[in-house]
Amino acid sequence: MIFNIVRKELKSIFASPMGWIILALLMFGFGTQYLSGMDNYFQVMSGAIRPAERVGVTIFVGGQIYGNAAFLMSFAIPILTMKLISEERRGMTLPFLFSAPISITEIVVGKFLGLLIFLSILVIYIFIMLATMNIWADIDFGYLLANSFGLILLISSFVALGTFFSSLTSQPIISAVLSFIALIALMMAGRYYASAPDHWFNHISLLRHYQSFSKGIIESADIVYFLLFTLTFLLLTIRRLDSDRLRG
Amino acid sequence: MTISLEAKNLSRQFGPNFAVKDVTFNLKRGEVLGFLGPNGAGKSTTMRMLTGNLAPTDGSVKIGPFDIIEEPKKAKSLIGYLPEVRPLYKELTVDEFLTIAARFHNVASKNIKSSVDNAKQRCGLTHMSKRLIENLSNGYQQRVGIAQAIIHNPEIVILDEPTVGLDPIQIREIRKLIKEIGKNHSVILSTHILPEVEMVCDRVQIINQGSLVFHGSIEDLKQQRIGNKLQVGLSKAPSMKELSSIEYIVKVEKMENNLFRFYFKKTVDAEKLATLCAKNKWGLFHIAPDVTSLEDIFAQLTMLGN
Repeated sequence: MIFNIVRKELKSIFASPMGWIILALLMFGFGTQYLSGMDNYFQVMSGAIRPAERVGVTIFVGGQIYGNAAFLMSFAIPILTMKLISEERRGMTLPFLFSAPISITEIVVGKFLGLLIFLSILVIYIFIMLATMNIWADIDFGYLLANSFGLILLISSFVALGTFFSSLTSQPIISAVLSFIALIALMMAGRYYASAPDHWFNHISLLRHYQSFSKGIIESADIVYFLLFTLTFLLLTIRRLDSDRLRG
Repeated sequence: MTISLEAKNLSRQFGPNFAVKDVTFNLKRGEVLGFLGPNGAGKSTTMRMLTGNLAPTDGSVKIGPFDIIEEPKKAKSLIGYLPEVRPLYKELTVDEFLTIAARFHNVASKNIKSSVDNAKQRCGLTHMSKRLIENLSNGYQQRVGIAQAIIHNPEIVILDEPTVGLDPIQIREIRKLIKEIGKNHSVILSTHILPEVEMVCDRVQIINQGSLVFHGSIEDLKQQRIGNKLQVGLSKAPSMKELSSIEYIVKVEKMENNLFRFYFKKTVDAEKLATLCAKNKWGLFHIAPDVTSLEDIFAQLTMLGN
């Protein structure tokens, strides 16, 4: 049953121009960064004489792209998630889902997975784009895989948070703005206590946990953080939709 | 006859107000039940509870053998529901939308195409298959709404005010469609239009301020409507005193344009009255059953309730 919701979500993303436009814009953005990254690599490396200044092309180009991906996604994902539930509320289409033999959990998880699969296209795209460097260089695939994995986890947290804000209101724009603000705040959380790097507040920063992936390190604490984050917001969404049924 | 839906002591409170209070009824298989009531009477709230869209404060709903709270999935798979505001994904085509509806209702994938075709054909949508729902007229959108409710061939079809906002020709077509659906399914239909109920339904239920005030067959309702009075037009009417002294008449009311309302003691006997008028040369130009308006029936029924 979840699979049917996933299919429906993908269908409605691709049935409207919004999905295609966001996909095209993001791919354009990543492609441009890839090009300029390659350009810069040769310029910077020809000036770098000491061995300590030299880095591999994978980290140089990849690090830039994966770093920026987090920011690009925090713009793009609220625009996509606002459709998930807000738009259904506004169009009064939720009864269609609620009166079908599908549980609320299946609806929420299905919607979440649908969007996650859509965004995975970008992750795969970035991976393939960077892998093309292997034609002339010997690149570090482990680094790419770790980053892709981290990016997927980051995206799933973003989508879960966006889904929750989307379930709060029947105004898609409001849900997009709220989730955008929340995402930026959570990304930047590490900056508020910059003088005390181990302050607990820094640990809730999404970016901080993403950063270890971008060094190519897969750490279980980060994985658990992202999974818990995702799970929490999905549960909150389910509760919120359930209270619709209870409170009317 | 088997009972396909059973609502027991159904109540729903919003804050301190009861939207629906202690409503009990059942629906037999193959029956069209009209749910009649003024705006805000609790029709939609009741339907939302029947379909599992709203949890009741008290009471229970049983769809076939399944309780909607305890076994929602099994119960919901027996229902097709068209809410008041039709839930359509306007960015999809008719075919795409109906396919999704069929999948959601667990139609086996090899039967999806045939059930979509079947629903389209029954609702007269076949030539609209590839059109975006957004671009369809109001009447056709309503048909899509009905098509998604019958796509999985449910035992019970629940339609919430299916003819609101349509033009007279579309209304006639939709009513025809509902009648035709009523042949194979049990139907619950809500409306605030009395003639609609008379045309389509087998049984009727009137709800007012959250409580059932009447339920019975259409014949009972007609009896309530017509009652024991006649509307008579007399151009050369005698005095009121003379009129009300007729032996089988209880009371006569004078209305505008030489029209009178005669209340009979027992049953209406138009022939007797017409003969009398003709004999006395009162200038009889109009004689018709005096149909009570819906408002009057509501007033009557709510008064009885109190």
